[in-house]
Amino acid sequence: MEKIAGQSILNSLETQFEAFEKSLNGQSKSAAHAVRKEAFSSLMNSGFPGPKNEEYKFTNFTRAVEKNFELNGTNADFGLTEAQISATQIEGLDAHKIVFLNGIYSSELSDNIQVEGLKVESLAEGFKANSALAQSNFGTKANFTEDAFVALNTAFSQHGVTIEIADKAVIEKPIVLYFIGDSSTAELSYHIRNIVVAGKFSQATIIEKFDTVGEHKSFTTSVNEISVSDSAHLRFFKIENDTEQAYHISNIHASQGANSNFKAFTFSLNGAMIRNNLNIKLQAEGIETYMNGLYLLDGKTHVDNHTVADHMMPNCYSNELYKGIMDGSSKGVFNGKIFVRPDAQKTNAFQSNKNILISDKATVNTKPQLEIWADDVSCSHGCTTGQLDMDALFYLQARGIQKDKARAILLKAFANDVLETVENEAIKDYLAAIIEKRLEK
Amino acid sequence: MSKDDQILEEFTSKEYEFGWTVDFEADEAPKGLNDDIIRFISAKKEEPQWMLEWRLEAFHAWQKMKEPEWANVHYPKVDFQDLIYYSAPKKKKKVNSLDEVDPEMIATFERLGISLTEQKRLTGVAVDAVIDSVSVATTFKETLGELGIIFCSFSEAVREHPELIKKHMGSVVPANDNYYAALNAAVFSDGSFCFIPKGVRCPMELSTYFRINAANTGQFERTLIVAEEGSYVSYLEGCTAPMRDENQLHAAVVEIKAAKNAEVKYSTVQNWYPGNKEGKGGIYNFVTKRGICEGDHSKISWTQVETGSAVTWKYPSCILKGDYSIGEFYSVAVTNNYQQADTGTKMIHIGKNTKSRIVSKGISAGKSQNSYRGQVHVMKRATNARNFSQCDSLLMGDKCGAHTFPYIDIENQSAQVEHEATTSKIGEDQIFYCQQRGIDAETAVALIVNGYAKEVLKQLPMEFAVEAQKLLALTLEGSVG
Repeated sequence: MEKIAGQSILNSLETQFEAFEKSLNGQSKSAAHAVRKEAFSSLMNSGFPGPKNEEYKFTNFTRAVEKNFELNGTNADFGLTEAQISATQIEGLDAHKIVFLNGIYSSELSDNIQVEGLKVESLAEGFKANSALAQSNFGTKANFTEDAFVALNTAFSQHGVTIEIADKAVIEKPIVLYFIGDSSTAELSYHIRNIVVAGKFSQATIIEKFDTVGEHKSFTTSVNEISVSDSAHLRFFKIENDTEQAYHISNIHASQGANSNFKAFTFSLNGAMIRNNLNIKLQAEGIETYMNGLYLLDGKTHVDNHTVADHMMPNCYSNELYKGIMDGSSKGVFNGKIFVRPDAQKTNAFQSNKNILISDKATVNTKPQLEIWADDVSCSHGCTTGQLDMDALFYLQARGIQKDKARAILLKAFANDVLETVENEAIKDYLAAIIEKRLEK
Repeated sequence: MSKDDQILEEFTSKEYEFGWTVDFEADEAPKGLNDDIIRFISAKKEEPQWMLEWRLEAFHAWQKMKEPEWANVHYPKVDFQDLIYYSAPKKKKKVNSLDEVDPEMIATFERLGISLTEQKRLTGVAVDAVIDSVSVATTFKETLGELGIIFCSFSEAVREHPELIKKHMGSVVPANDNYYAALNAAVFSDGSFCFIPKGVRCPMELSTYFRINAANTGQFERTLIVAEEGSYVSYLEGCTAPMRDENQLHAAVVEIKAAKNAEVKYSTVQNWYPGNKEGKGGIYNFVTKRGICEGDHSKISWTQVETGSAVTWKYPSCILKGDYSIGEFYSVAVTNNYQQADTGTKMIHIGKNTKSRIVSKGISAGKSQNSYRGQVHVMKRATNARNFSQCDSLLMGDKCGAHTFPYIDIENQSAQVEHEATTSKIGEDQIFYCQQRGIDAETAVALIVNGYAKEVLKQLPMEFAVEAQKLLALTLEGSVG
C-alpha cells in the first residue's frame, strides 16, 4: 500500500478525537457515538483522497486542507456584530430562521418556531436527550466508507439541526439555516450535520447558507441526510457565496419514497474551494427528481459538483441541469452520474451540463456519466463548453448596445435557465441581484 | 524451406552470442517471462543489439508497473508467468481439408460471403492456391515499391530499415506508456510497418494486400505507420471472419505518425473468439492505439467495428499537435452473452484550430457490459479547437449494461466542445412495423441495428462495410426473443 494521503491531517485529528470523546461524557455509549467511532477508524485506515483518487481527480481537497489549515480542533470566540450577522442573511425573505455561530446553535438568534407539523431542534440537544430521530437517522444515508470527508464529518458530528415535518403538513415559509463563522482572529473550522425527515404528503423548502466574516481561512463541511417520504414535496437550496478564503464541502444525501418530488438547487457564487456532493436515491416508483445548479466563478474559485441520481425502481423521472460561467483563473468541475439499476425499467433520466469560459485562464473538467443496466429506458445527457455566441453578441451590438452590456445580457440569459426554476420569488430575486451585480461589473 | 525455418535452423545450431544457451529443442520459449526469455525472443528474430536493449528496457519498466484496474471490466487475472511468449509460426496446427474444420465456423464463413480459398487460409487449411496468393502479394509489393512505399513485417523492417524504426518506434506510444504497451514492447512477436513517402497517395487499401498476405499475426503485434508530408494511406487491420486462435491475451500496439498535410485512415474489424454462451474462454483484447498529427493540416481517422473478444479494452487516440489537424473516431462496439467492452478514444487538442469528431455506437445484448470511455482535452494553446462527440447506446434485453464515461477537460476559452449521449432500446413499434411487412423479428433487429450503426459503417472501406453489416447481424443472433 502506498503512503496514505493527508497523513498530517490524520495525525492532528487523532488527539482531537480523543478530546472530543472525553467532552461527550455520558453520550459516549450512545448508538450515534458508535457510528462516529466507526467513521473515525475508517478514516484513519483509508486516509484522505490522494491526487489519483478518481472522485477527487480534479479537486485535490486533501492538499488544500493540508496546505492551508492547522486544524487544532478549537475555534476562537465568536465576536461579530449584529450588523455583520444580518448582512449575511437573505433580505426580504419571510422565513423560519435558524442561526449557527461558529458551528454552534444560537437559541437567541434563531426563531422559536411554533408551527404545527414542524419540529426543528438542535442536533446537539437531540443527542443529549437521546432523541430517537437523531440517534436512528444519524449516518444512515451518508456512507462514510465512500468518502473520507463524510467520514471526517461523521466522526466529529455534534452540531446541526434535525428537521421533522409531520405527515400532510404544508410548511409555507422556507426554513433557512444560516451558518455564520467568525474568522477575524484565527482560522475557523467546523462540521455540521443536518437530519431532515419529510413526512408523507408534506411540503417544505429548506435553505442552507454558509458565510464567513474575517480575514482568516475557514474550512467547513456539512452533511445533510434527507428522507423524502411517499408523496412528499421537498426543495433544498444550497447557496454558496462565501469569501475567497472559504473552503467548503457540502454533502446532500437524500432518499425518496414513492411518488415523491425532490428538487435540489445548488448555487455556487463565491469561495476558495467548494465541493458539492449531491446523492439522490430513487428508491420507489413514480418519483420525480430535479437537480439544478449554477456556478458563476471568477478569481481563483474552484467549484466541484459531483451528483448522483441512482434509479433503483421503475417509472421514475430525473432531470439535471447544471450551468457554469468561468471567469478569471477559476476552475469548474462537474461529474454527473446517472445509475439505472436492472429493476428500474421505464426510467426517464436527463442530464445537461453547459459551460461558458470567458477567460483564458479558466478551465473546466466535466464528466457526464451514464451507467445503465436496464433496457427499457430513455436516458440522455448533453454537455457543451464554449464561449459566447459571437453572432448574438454582434446582433446586440448592431442595435446600439455596448459590448460589455451585451455580454452581460447574454450571460444573464444563459444563467437564467437555472434561475427560472426557483419558485420562491424572494430567493430568486436575491440570487438574481447577486448574479446581475457580478456580470455587470 | 521457408525463410523463417531457415532462421530457426540457423539459430538452434549455433551458440547464443550473449553467453546464454538454449538447451531445449526450441520452437517455443518456455513458460514465463524474464530477461532470458526476452533475449531468446530477440535472438530468435535475429534482432540487432539496440532492439534487444529497447525490449529489455521496456521489460524492466513493465516489472515496476501495476496492472491497471480502472476499466469497467471484470475478468480473472492473467498469470503472466504462465504464458508462452514466443512460439514459431510453423507450430500452427494444420488441417488437411475443410471437412475437418468446425462446421459452425464454415457456416459462419458462408453467411459472411467469404471465398473458399480465403476460408481455407483463415481456418489454417493447407491451401494449394498459396502459390497464387503469394504471387499476387508479390505483385502488390512491386507496385507499392515503385511508389517508394514500404510495407512489410516489423521484423523485416528492423532488419532492412533500422534507421526508420529507430527513429519512429516508441515515439507515439513510448515503451513505458502503460502496462500492456510495456509488455508488448518487451515481447512483441511481429507486426507491420508501413511507410508512405512524401506526396504519395497509396493507390490501394492496404487491407487488400493484408488480407491476402497476412500471416497468422501473433499475440503481441506491433504496427507502425509513418505518413510523410502530403501522403495518404488507408489501412485495414483484422478480418470479419472469426479467427482460430489459441491465445488468451492480445496486447497489441499501433502507432501512427502523420506529417504535414498527410492523412491516415485506420480501420479495424475485430472478431476474435468471444467465449461461449456461458462466458467461458474468449480472448482478452488489451490494445494501445495512438496516432499523432504532427504536421499542420494532417488528419488521422480511426474506424473500428468491435464484435469479438471476451474482454475488449482499447482507446484509439489522436494527439492533434499540428495546427488545423483533424482527428476522427468512429466506433461500433457490439457485445453479446458475457462479453465486456470498455472502449473509446482520446482527443488531445494541442495545436490551433484543431478539430475532432467522435461517433461511438454501443450495442449490448445478452448479459454483456458495454462502456464508452473517452477524453476530449483542449490544452491551453489550442485556440479555436472544436469537438463534437456523440455516444449512443442501444440495449437489447434487461440483463445487459451500457455505460458512458466521457471526460471533457477544457483549458482554452475559445474551445467549442459538445457531447451528447443517449441510451435506449429498439422500439417495439419499429420491430412491429417491419414484422407487418413480413420481415421476421430477427431480421428486423439486424435491419434496425444496421441503420443505427450506419454512420460508422459507411466509414469502412466498401468491401468490409458489407461484411461488417452481416457480422453485426450474426453477433446479435439469438438476442431477440
